[in-house]
Amino acid sequence: MSDPVTVFQAPIRLDYTISAGRHLSHYLRAIADKRIVGGRCTQCKKVYLPQRGACPTCGIPVEDEVQVQDTGTVTTFCVIRIPFEAAPFPPPYTAIAVLLDGADMPIFHLLRGAEEARMGMRVKAVWVPDEELAPTLSSIRWFEPSGEPDVAFEQIASHL
Amino acid sequence: MDVLSAPYVLEYTYQRSTGPVVGRFLTGLREKRIEGVRAIDGRVLVPPREYDEDGEATGDFVEVGQEGVVVTWARVEAPKRFHPLQTPFSWALIRLDGADTALLHAVDGTVKTGDRVRARWKDERIGSIRDIECFEVTR
Repeated sequence: MSDPVTVFQAPIRLDYTISAGRHLSHYLRAIADKRIVGGRCTQCKKVYLPQRGACPTCGIPVEDEVQVQDTGTVTTFCVIRIPFEAAPFPPPYTAIAVLLDGADMPIFHLLRGAEEARMGMRVKAVWVPDEELAPTLSSIRWFEPSGEPDVAFEQIASHL
Repeated sequence: MDVLSAPYVLEYTYQRSTGPVVGRFLTGLREKRIEGVRAIDGRVLVPPREYDEDGEATGDFVEVGQEGVVVTWARVEAPKRFHPLQTPFSWALIRLDGADTALLHAVDGTVKTGDRVRARWKDERIGSIRDIECFEVTR
């Protein structure tokens, strides 16, 4: 007689097709063109990235498109030391919130090529080769230090 | 303007421990045996549980029949990929002969309350509720 049953597999799997919506589609298509675009609220003047249909603070439509830079400042970061199946790299690696120059909201990405991450660290995007550009944030492979001096905390404090 | 869309899979690959009672139930299924447990009030619970509804520990295992009666049911006209059958079937609560509670399983085709059904076993059994491929109506 074989061994008694003590465990069983109980996977949960949900197969979605997600729709990016009009504004996120526009943002992603710009990335395929190696441009990063945000939307500026005409009332509060904040540049949202990715751009939204409406300003979350003011509630008015955001139609004013602005191009932001592919350089920016690390606002916060997290060093991942525990491996998991969908991890982009073997640990340890660093996930960052990066405030791109010209934007008021950070985006989330990866940092490589740095011995350590710091709040205020200046970074620049490392893009995939032009022939691999696609409408996905993965068109930016990761960010790496730009070599510029760190930014003072006060300058990023309102963008955390 | 065309809106982009993309596949997105959310998956958790859980492995659960059975505990002693469900473990024995699943082990029995591998050997084509359906077992329940006797509760303190004398009822036979199938599937078996470690505790009854009042929190009292259950007792001895009791083998029950492989046929039973449909207590209630819900029809699935268009089965999905993960359903036990790929042709129209019914989910049913089945009170097996000798049991006092009902087991949820699939019944091939259409069924109605009060129908007699019998377990159809898979040839290859691993100790899973799906070792019973489904139930079939005997009327």
